[in-house]
Amino acid sequence: MIESIIDGKKAELTQSSKRTSPVVLSTRIRLARNLVGVPFPQRANLSQRRDVLSDCVTQLGRLDIMKLGTFFELEELSSLEKQVLLERHLISNELKEGAKGCGVYINSDQTCSIMINEEDHIRIQFLKTGFNLKSLWKRINAFDDAIDEYLDLAYSKDLGYLTACPTNLGTGMRASVMMHLPGLVLSGNMDKITRAVGQLGIVVRGHFGEGSDVTGHIFQISNQYTLGESEAEILERLGNVLKGIIDQEINARFKYHEEQPDLLLDQIGRAYGVLQNAHVLSSNEAMQVLSLIRLAVDFGFLPETRRAEVDRCFIECQPGHIQYDAKTDIEPELRDIARAAKLRSVFSKLPPLSFDNKDESK
Amino acid sequence: MGNVLKCKFCDEVATVHLTQIINNKIHKVDLCENCAQNKGVSDSEGYSLAEMLMQTNIPADQDELQAQCQSCGYGTSDFRRTGRMGCSECYTTFEPLLEPILEDMHSGLKHIGKVPAFALNRQSFLTQMNNLKVSLARAIESEAYEEAAQYRDKIQALESELQKEKSSSS
Repeated sequence: MIESIIDGKKAELTQSSKRTSPVVLSTRIRLARNLVGVPFPQRANLSQRRDVLSDCVTQLGRLDIMKLGTFFELEELSSLEKQVLLERHLISNELKEGAKGCGVYINSDQTCSIMINEEDHIRIQFLKTGFNLKSLWKRINAFDDAIDEYLDLAYSKDLGYLTACPTNLGTGMRASVMMHLPGLVLSGNMDKITRAVGQLGIVVRGHFGEGSDVTGHIFQISNQYTLGESEAEILERLGNVLKGIIDQEINARFKYHEEQPDLLLDQIGRAYGVLQNAHVLSSNEAMQVLSLIRLAVDFGFLPETRRAEVDRCFIECQPGHIQYDAKTDIEPELRDIARAAKLRSVFSKLPPLSFDNKDESK
Repeated sequence: MGNVLKCKFCDEVATVHLTQIINNKIHKVDLCENCAQNKGVSDSEGYSLAEMLMQTNIPADQDELQAQCQSCGYGTSDFRRTGRMGCSECYTTFEPLLEPILEDMHSGLKHIGKVPAFALNRQSFLTQMNNLKVSLARAIESEAYEEAAQYRDKIQALESELQKEKSSSS
C-alpha cells in the first residue's frame, strides 16, 4: 500500500540531494491540536475516533498542500509498512502501536505528515532537510491557520491549545533538529552538552526520539517547554542553542583532526573499506560506518555531492526498509547480508579518499 | 525583607531551603523546621526531593481527590495514573491539581503564543448566543415582549451570520 511513499521521487529526506549540510541533517516542527467536544483519542471510544478520523480526512483533503497527498488508515497497513513509515519519520511509535481508528495523511513530497488520533486528535508535522527552523515555522503556521478555519480546535486563553498530555500544553509545539555529532561523541563531550542544554530547557534524544538508541552519532534536539513562551521565543532560543552546538561540534572535529590525525584517518579509512567490501552488516554497524563517511565528506575527503547518499542510507538501511526491499520476510542474518549488498552497490563508484584536502567543513 | 518565604506544607516561615537537581531541572523547596523534620529532610542521606515533589504535586485534599470530569467521566485517579487528560474539559475540572504540575513542567503558567482566530471567534459566537438566549427567556418570563422581539432578531441575525460563515468555509 505504501509504494507511492517508497518510490516517491520527491521524498524530502531521501531525495533532496542539493540541500544537505554538515552537522544538521533535518529540521522538524510538530503541532499538537485537538477538536472540541470529543474526548482525547485515548479516552474516546472507537466510533468517536472514527468520526474524528473521517472529519479530519475530509477537511484536510481540502487544503492545497494535501491535494496530491495520500491517506493511510493504520489498520490497513502491515506491521512492516508501519515500520517503514516510522523509519522515514512520517509516523511516531505511538501511532504505529496505536489502537484502531487512527491514520496518517502524507503530502506528495513527504514534507508534511498529519497523524490523526495519535496521543492528540491531530499532530501536524513539517519536515525539511538542513537547518530551517524559521522558514519551517512560517509554513506550518500558515497550514495551522487553515486548519483552524476548517476544524473547531480546543483552545483556552490561559492555557493555549489543550492537549492530552499537559507537557504539550500552550503552543503544542515541539521543534526538533536532527544533528550529526561525531566530534562531540568521539571527544567524550556529549554528556556535558546534554546536561548543559538541559538546564536551558532543551532536550537531547536518540535518532528515533524518546528512549531510542543513539546510533550513527545522530541526535534529536528539541525544546522541552511549550507553555509560558511564544513560538518565536522558543524557536529563537532553540536556534541559538543549536548554533552553539554546531560551533562546538566543528571545534571538536578540528581538534580531533589536529591532535589525533592518524586515528581519525584510520577510522574513516576503515569505514570506507567496510562500506565497499563488507558482506554482512548489522544496522548498528552500518550507521557507525555511514556516520564516519559523512564526517569524511564534511572534512572534504570525499566530494560534497556524496553527502545526500549517506543521508538516504541512514534511513534506507534501517531494518524495515531492508526487509521491505527484499519483498519477502527475511531473517535478521539475511537482512545483514542484504544491507551490506545495498551499501556496496550504492557506494561502488565512491572516489578514493583524498586526505590531502584538509579543508574542514564550514 | 518583604519577601519572607513560607513553608510548602504549612504557613510557617520557612527556614530550611532545599535545592536538588532532578532530571537536569533545578527544584527548590522551602520548609519550616517542623515540616522539615517530619519529612525526614534533616537526614540528608538517601533523601530524595523527587519523591517528595511527586507526592506533593497533587494536594492531599480529599474533596479534590474525588474530582470527576462532567464531560468525559475522567477521575483524579485516572489523571494520576496516566498523567494525561481525558478531554479538553478536564483542564477545567482538574485545574486546582494542575498548577503545581505545570510549574515543574514548563517555563510559565500562561499561554503567550499563537491565538487561533477562528476558534476564538466560534467560541465567542457560542457565548454570545448563549447570553442572548438567556436574556430572551428572561424577557419572555417578565412579559417584556418588545425586548424579547429584539433578542429574537439578534439571535436570528447571529445564526444567519454563522450559517454564512459555515457555507463559505465548507
